[in-house]
This record gives sequence, structure tokens and C-alpha cells, in this order.
Amino acid sequence: MTAALRFDPIRLPPECEKLRKEVRAFLAEEVAKGTFDPHSPHGGDSDVPGFSKRVGERGWIGMTWPKKYGGHERSFLERYVVTEEMRVANAPTRRFFVADRQSGPVLLKYAPEHIKMDILPRICRGEVCFSIGMSEPNSGSDLFAAKTKATRTDGGFLINGTKIWTSSAQVANYMLGIFRTSPSTKENRRHGLTQFLVDMKTPGIKVNPIGQLTGKAEFNEVVFTDAFVPEDHALGEIDGAWKQATSELAYERSGPERFLETYYVLTELVRALGDKPDTRGAEGVGRLVAQLHTMRRMSVSVAGMLHAGKEPVVEASIVKDIGTIWEQALPQRVRDLAAFVEPDASNHEILDNVLPYAMKVAPKLTIQGGTTEVLRGIIARGLGLR
Amino acid sequence: MRAGRTTGNAVAESENIVVETAEKIFSDLADAQTINRDKKGEWKAPLWQALAENGLPLSWVPEECGGSGASLAEGFGVLSAAGRFAIAVPLAETMLAGWLLAQAKIASPEGAMTVAPASPKDRISLNADGTLSGRARGVPFAKDAKHIAVLAHGTSGLSIALVDASACRIEAGLNLASDGSDTVTFNNVTPVAIKPAPKGIDQTSLMLMGAVARSLQIAGALESMLEISVRYAGERVAFEKKISKFQAVQHNLARLAGETAAAMTAASSAADTLANAKNFDDAVFLEATAAKIRCAEAAEKGAAIAHQVHGAIGYTLEHILHRYTMRALAWRDDFGHESHWAVELGKRVAARGADELWPLVASR
Repeated sequence: MTAALRFDPIRLPPECEKLRKEVRAFLAEEVAKGTFDPHSPHGGDSDVPGFSKRVGERGWIGMTWPKKYGGHERSFLERYVVTEEMRVANAPTRRFFVADRQSGPVLLKYAPEHIKMDILPRICRGEVCFSIGMSEPNSGSDLFAAKTKATRTDGGFLINGTKIWTSSAQVANYMLGIFRTSPSTKENRRHGLTQFLVDMKTPGIKVNPIGQLTGKAEFNEVVFTDAFVPEDHALGEIDGAWKQATSELAYERSGPERFLETYYVLTELVRALGDKPDTRGAEGVGRLVAQLHTMRRMSVSVAGMLHAGKEPVVEASIVKDIGTIWEQALPQRVRDLAAFVEPDASNHEILDNVLPYAMKVAPKLTIQGGTTEVLRGIIARGLGLR
Repeated sequence: MRAGRTTGNAVAESENIVVETAEKIFSDLADAQTINRDKKGEWKAPLWQALAENGLPLSWVPEECGGSGASLAEGFGVLSAAGRFAIAVPLAETMLAGWLLAQAKIASPEGAMTVAPASPKDRISLNADGTLSGRARGVPFAKDAKHIAVLAHGTSGLSIALVDASACRIEAGLNLASDGSDTVTFNNVTPVAIKPAPKGIDQTSLMLMGAVARSLQIAGALESMLEISVRYAGERVAFEKKISKFQAVQHNLARLAGETAAAMTAASSAADTLANAKNFDDAVFLEATAAKIRCAEAAEKGAAIAHQVHGAIGYTLEHILHRYTMRALAWRDDFGHESHWAVELGKRVAARGADELWPLVASR
């Protein structure tokens, strides 16, 4: 028996369009001020504290959270609009993006009240950056093979071991990490891991940046040597992190960031081909736009279902599978379609500048946040195959 | 689980009385196994009779023009159900013909109809003496139709005409699924009725309506391909286990689910747009062309996977799989090849300019 796939033709409500205009105007102002260059995709990943604070002042971080924690009690669909406009503009969202998408919601659900009151308002003000401590040198997609230990001590836990590929750890104020509090059991190999909030200033934490093929060093090795974490920083059920990790995935996997990461090369392809493209160029652009439109409609549909309180885990995995493969292939298609542009024309200068970066970023897109292989396993389970 | 109900469809869901009627008729009288064994086509007449008795072929014709006056959304729901059952009678064609005639307030006659032209490049002319001339290729089910709804170009603009099929020269042809795809030649044909086309209805709008109809049918066929492929993978044993337990097979089926999801999304989004549109603007153009392009791409990838999962048995005439795969592939050709629409969409995007692309996409 196969599960029902649902992709209702959900539209963003009218209040989203007013918000979209506000976000575009704000971003145009920031560009005019020189905060970031929309034609420089490297910018999107950088950490610009002033920008984060101004986004926070606008009320665009923690948009859906309760007001008592600094949130704005707006809808998930409004947050969707802010996310997609920021992404398309190549805005520098690194400082707040992960906290807003993932870490804040985990704290809201599992952290004790005094921690929520302390940290959530600071996230909303754009002041704090989060990293996610999942992968280890011998535990990547197989999350439940994690070995880094949290051992009980007076008033808390001592952490020992190594996390790796941890994005933003070099600038992050906190990490949400999964650490081993008990061995796994024969009956349940997922048992024994606990989720912790870790202050990155804790003595015994060393962050070693890892150079990436882009030439940047945005991910890191994080080594823990007797790093102390207080008792109340354990989030949710001891040994039961596996129950908590999976429900957040629909949020992480279906957003606009899962197909827009290389979008700028499509804009620049259209610019490079000019207002009267030849048949080959027009067909190529037409197909890419049709694919983009379809993915966005799928993604908005999942957002609408999340907004309605459903848990479209399989649909979200489909969006990430198709979306990341598309954004990965996009720079290659753009390269093909731009092969015959007039070399002396000036309208392909930006494309020439950004295409190599998009090509270099492409390989990671189907790895980060759940590999294609893992996603297809989830979809297969949803179809009743496993 | 009934055939073709793997996936929820919003159009079907919200307009469920008309759609449920259609589904009931399809499952009673158009069961794929029965049809596949019936070499003489004896299933066709009772199916058509039941559809006609329930007013489905004239869904989009208002009551005053002889139809059942269903909404566009209800009609689109019927078409996605027709796709799930790979229905091979001129239902979509009669619906489109009735819709076109109703635009000019021409009453629809009883019986099967089709539309001409069925391709963006073909052109039918209205002569000074009121007769029609020209040739339309790839007209679906023209041989089976009693009447043809025609969009004709005259010196003073566009007209919509109702033509007796027997007044035309029709050369029979077959599409990939062996359904009629005929060439219709109009040699000074006198129409039964003719009226000027209203403002906003032109050959592009007719092609876009047809393209969305075909998109819904393709998406429906993919839903069924997914369902029967998943079921087969759970039954077939090889190397001492069900083939659904092999990761390579699981991943292929996950990709089929993704292509099916993309087709469903694109088609139902376009249908929803047309059902609520006031005119054929840039948004309708994007939605309708994107649906045809993306559904056609999904048909290619999806049909290949469905066949791969089934192995040799799926390549036989005896197995029902070809009813869905060949039709999904054939429907790509009607009302504009996806490459045609990709070029047209690409040109519009280029004319709007690079910085206007995102605002267009985000407006949907």
C-alpha cells in the first residue's frame, strides 16, 4: 500500500505580497548602502553583524515564534517570503539563518524556560549565530553512529570527542549538538544519544577551520576535551534524541534555500542571452524556468501544509531531492546555454564572474542537510517499500 | 485501493461530486485489464454512453448551450481522473471543443467532438465566402468525432466555427498509444455555425487550454505508473527477495515519485490558475507552458523508470503498463510540443529582462 502524496495548489496569502515589497525595499536600501553586493554570491555566506541586527529590527528573525520570546507570531508562509527574497538577493544571512530555521524551534520545544528567555530574544535581534553538531569523522549520513561522549559529572556533563563539517562553528555563539550519553541497544541502535545546547566559549572546545575547494573555510572540525555542559542544557529526553531529530526535518528540507542556492546564474544567463535569444537559448531558458516554477510551487505547497500543522515528511524530502539536483545541475546547463554568447559583448561580465563559484559550490548541494541517497531512502519508506 | 488513487489531487478533492462520478464510470467501464484484453474495442460504446448520460463530455458547456455547466475546476478534475485511468476516448477533446464553442455562444451538439487546430503552427482560414480552408495535423480522435470545433483566421479577425466532421477530408493516423491522431483538411468547408471569437480568445489561448488538459492527463497517468510500479516491486521476487528490498529499485521508485509529484504540482497549479484567471496574461502563460514542459519531462523520465522496474513483463502487450506509459508520452505531442512552449516561454522571459524573472516566478 503506497502512501498518498499531496501537493495542493496552495498560494501565498495577500499579506505576503505586502511583506515581499517591504523586504525588497529593505534589501535595495542595504545594497545601496554597500552592505552587500547582490552580484557576489560569496556574500550570502558571509557574516555581517550589522545587517543581521537590522533584519532583526525589522522583525524578520523568529517571525513565527511567540512574542514573549522576542518573536512576532507571524505565519510560516510570511517567513517563507522573507527567506526566498533574501536568498535570491544573495543577502548575507549566515549569522541568523540556521538559528532562525532550526535551532530556535528546537529550543522553543525542548529548552527550559530561563534558557528560552535568555537566548531566543537574542536570536530575534540578530545577535547570535548557531552551528549544528551532527557529523563526526566516522559518522556522517549515519547519524546514530555518533561517538562523541557526554559523561555525567557534578551538575552536568563532560563532552569528549570530535564533530566535523560544522558550518559556522568559527563564528557561532552556540552549538546544538548530538552526543552519546549511553551505548546503543540491540533492540534500538538509535538509542543513547542526547541533544545538548553548548556555549562555544566553554573551555575545552577548539575550532579548527577546514579549507574547502571554493578556497573558503566555512566548515570546521570542533574538538571537545572535557568541555563542561550544565545539566539544564540537555534538551528533551536523555538518550532519546532520535525522537526529536526527525520532526524538524520537514522544515529543514523543503524551504526555498533548497533550490535557490545557485539561482543567480539563471538571472545572469538571461542577461547574457539578451532580449532576443536564439532558439537554442530560448528553449534552454524556457525549460529551466518551467522547472524552477514547478519546484517553487512544490515547495510553497509543503510550506502551506506545514503552516496547516501537517507533517509532510515525504513531500519535503521530494522537494529537497529534486531541488538540490536542479540547483546542482543549473550551473552546468547555464554554461552550455551561454556557450555561444558574443565574446565581446558586455552583458555577460557578471555571468563570467559568478559561474565558476556556482560550479564549485554545486557538489555540496546534494550532500548537506541530508544526502540524495538518504532522502531517497526516506521517500522509499514513504512509498511503503521499506 | 482503487486504481489511480495513489495520490491526492486538489482539483479532484475540492470538486469531488463531478470527479467522483467520472471515477466511478471509469472504474466500472474502463478497467485497464478488461480494456487491454478486449481486442475489438467493445468497451468504447458503453463507456462513452455512460459519460454522455452524465453530461461529462460537455462539462464546460453552459446549460443554455446544451451542456452540464460544470466549472473549469471540476472539468480539470475529470481530466486528471481520465489520466489516472489512461482513458482513450475523445473525452478531453469533446470538453475542449465544447469550451471553445461556448466562448462564441455556439451550442454544442451531441456526440464526440474534437478541436482544430491542435498544434500552434497549423492555421485554418476563413474565406470571404464564409467557408473554411486549411489543414490541421495531429488532431486527436478526428476519425471518431461527429463534429469539429474550429478556430479560424479571417480578414476581420478570429472566428469560432462548428463543423460537421464528414464535410472534411480526414486522413487517419495513430499516436504512440495507437489512439487516433489524424490530419484534417478543410477544402472550402461550410460550417454548421460560425461566430466571431470574443476578445482574449486566440490560437494561443486555445493551445494553452489544450496544453493544461494534456498536462493533467500526463500527471494522472504518472500517478498510476507509480502505483502499479510500487505494487509490482512488492510482488516480484528475484535473488530470493522482493525487488522492492533492493536499494537500486527503491531509489528508482523514489525518483518516479519525484517526477510524479512534479507533474502533479505543475499541472494542478496551472489548472488552478486557469480556473481563476480573468484573462490569458503572463501568469497564465507561465503556469500553462511550465505545466506542459515539466509534465512532458516527467513523462519521459517516469515512463522509463516504470518500465525498468517491471522488466520484460512490462514490455508485453498483455500487461497494462503500456496503456499509461505510451499515452503519457503521446500526449506530449498535442497542443504544442514542450520544446515549442519552452522557446515561447524563454522568449517572454528574455523580453521581460533578467531582473524581471524572479518577480514573475515569485508572483505565483
